[in-house]
Amino acid sequence: MELSGAQILLQSLADEGVEYIFGYPGGAVLHIYDAIFQQEAVKHILVRHEQGATHAADGYARATGKPGVVLVTSGPGATNAVTGIATAYMDSIPMVVISGQVSSPVIGSDAFQEVDMVGITRPCVKHNFLVKDVTKLAETIKKAFYVATTGRPGPVVVDIPKDITAPNITVPYKYPKKIALRSYNPIINVPKEQIKAAVELLLNANKPMIYSGGGVVLGEASAELTEFTQQLGYPITNTLMGLGSYPATDKQFVGMLGMHGTYEANMAMHESDVIIAIGARFDDRVTGKLDEFCPYAKIIHIDIDPASISKTIKKIAIPIVGDVKPVLKQLLECLKDSKKKPNKKALDAWWQQINEWRSVNSLEYDRNSDLIKPQYVIEQLYQVTKGDAYVTSDVGQHQMWAAQYYHFDKPRRWINSGGLGTMGFGLPAAIGVKLAFPEADVACVTGEASIQMCIQELSTALQFKTPVKIINLNNRYMGMVRQWQEFSYECRYSHSYMDTIPDFVKLAEAYGHVGIRIDKPEQVRPALEQAFAMKDRTVFLDIMTDRTENVYPMIEAGKGHHDMKLRVALGTSTDRELA
Amino acid sequence: MMRHIISILIENESGALSRVAGLFSARGYNIESLTVAPTEDPSLSRMTLVTRGSEDIIAQITKQLNKLIDVVKLIDLADSPHIERELMMVKIKTTEQTRNDIRSVVDIFRGRILDVTPSSYVVEMTGSSEKLDAFTAAINHDTIIEVVRSGATGISRGEKGLHL
Repeated sequence: MELSGAQILLQSLADEGVEYIFGYPGGAVLHIYDAIFQQEAVKHILVRHEQGATHAADGYARATGKPGVVLVTSGPGATNAVTGIATAYMDSIPMVVISGQVSSPVIGSDAFQEVDMVGITRPCVKHNFLVKDVTKLAETIKKAFYVATTGRPGPVVVDIPKDITAPNITVPYKYPKKIALRSYNPIINVPKEQIKAAVELLLNANKPMIYSGGGVVLGEASAELTEFTQQLGYPITNTLMGLGSYPATDKQFVGMLGMHGTYEANMAMHESDVIIAIGARFDDRVTGKLDEFCPYAKIIHIDIDPASISKTIKKIAIPIVGDVKPVLKQLLECLKDSKKKPNKKALDAWWQQINEWRSVNSLEYDRNSDLIKPQYVIEQLYQVTKGDAYVTSDVGQHQMWAAQYYHFDKPRRWINSGGLGTMGFGLPAAIGVKLAFPEADVACVTGEASIQMCIQELSTALQFKTPVKIINLNNRYMGMVRQWQEFSYECRYSHSYMDTIPDFVKLAEAYGHVGIRIDKPEQVRPALEQAFAMKDRTVFLDIMTDRTENVYPMIEAGKGHHDMKLRVALGTSTDRELA
Repeated sequence: MMRHIISILIENESGALSRVAGLFSARGYNIESLTVAPTEDPSLSRMTLVTRGSEDIIAQITKQLNKLIDVVKLIDLADSPHIERELMMVKIKTTEQTRNDIRSVVDIFRGRILDVTPSSYVVEMTGSSEKLDAFTAAINHDTIIEVVRSGATGISRGEKGLHL
């Protein structure tokens, strides 16, 4: 079978089992778009901006575990995709991005819409390729998927010059079933001795903590983590990326840790004597001040990426480089074989201490306010969706509130840009999720600033019938920026508000959707119920929340876990001075 | 801040060098010198990279390098006995009076004179980077017209080697 490069690309994607590609056409990818037109196996989702394509593919990948696929043209198409690529890179999301490139003979001549995509994306991809020979195209696509989805996943860019996809040049097509790279071997075997040593250390702990992250979600190891945690009876905390990998409603779960983690999670980390970190990378938002991080703890660190170990926190007692799922299985087995059991007396005392910290109720807020509290909105969202929705978010205060007040019991339900912190992520990600799971409830928790960064994707949502619910916590501020300005810049609210905010109800309607404005707390619940009852409509809930609400608790930059800022007094914060 | 010589076998692909160089600049590691050339197997290049850093930093550097998909293998030569060589060529101003002195210094350092004009020498010298430093220090600084150094390359002693 002889195929053109464009046909080879599409056939390779089909053979790879790709359902959707998220893309936007342009000069350098016209041959590819012509091939898309002439096939049906792979469905193309036309976005309104290339950043939207990358986030939608990313959302699809996070929800399904399958790689997201993006197709963009050269030059501005490619550069617009970079933010989404970097977003996926920071959170280790498998993604394959096909970018068109100017024709091979003119590369390097500053041709129209030429940009060095391989060069630009080098620091924010797991790997990238420039295809120089059409006979290597199928193999390169196979390599791209292999690299993107194995080991520590990540985005891979394949840059394809226009002449490579020309219809008049055809070559024999064969998609490799398997591929190996001599320079890349993602399979890692963990020595038994290390597993034994880890179990030994864990069983000797008096104040143990399990700290797990996004690696458990990526590694499909939630069941193993849950069994492991419940077997030990130890407290567990999740990172922002790890939420849902352990059921949040379980009594052993002490909440998220880090900058906006619960008091009990952070205090327990601080006082702990043995911590097992599972698929988490000691991010600065988790650790706070490095010198003061977990001063009494011996740390076991499981990570698939050797470079994650001892990167920020140096004193790792037992490093275990491996895939979390098999490692947790090994740990469980070793635990079952062990005659030793957890020290019950010490553990009881530890739980007693943790429950004391819990009783501080660090996530409490003013429930009697006349204003709509954002926390209340998330709690209601949780109830209306019975805790079973896919929740995407943008970045800022609303993201933290969604993380704190929506209790995720299942992995892959909480979809946010954790590492890069990309505003504009939520809406296109929700579209990607809805395509993957058309029957599921999908909510995008956002704010009036974030939503405007990729608002144009409302149009995509209509065209491709992805009825998502947008929960816009509208506080007329870039809330997180304002919060930092309140705490650290004496309330000088420099450019953290917009004097002109669109009428989102009209805007939603202009895009063909339903818009509802909510001004009073008692309207929140009925509006949410109404929105989720409209199964086939995208609904934009523009919710006017308390302008000055802050995210608590908070560890301010440069402070340790035990040094948290708690909500001082309950009561509305509107009496605080505003600029 | 120990000096380390990291030897890398890397796919001989376009862009491989910039992946390594980019890693160093992106993560703020310093490169003292970097040499690269194809090996006897034309699909592979060998890079020798000299860097300085604490043990933690060097550990991160080697891990991050290993993470690059194009990197096949690497070793830190400083971990075991090894031989280090660097090539240097120095152009030196000469006069009737200084020529003999310079020649004797070149002899002491086992260098060779490659080019002679009435007013200059080109001296070739190989050795460890330290030895080359010592040579330039031994020559009157004002007489040095230019210095070109290859950067260090190295190989481990004994049977063991860096190969596929």
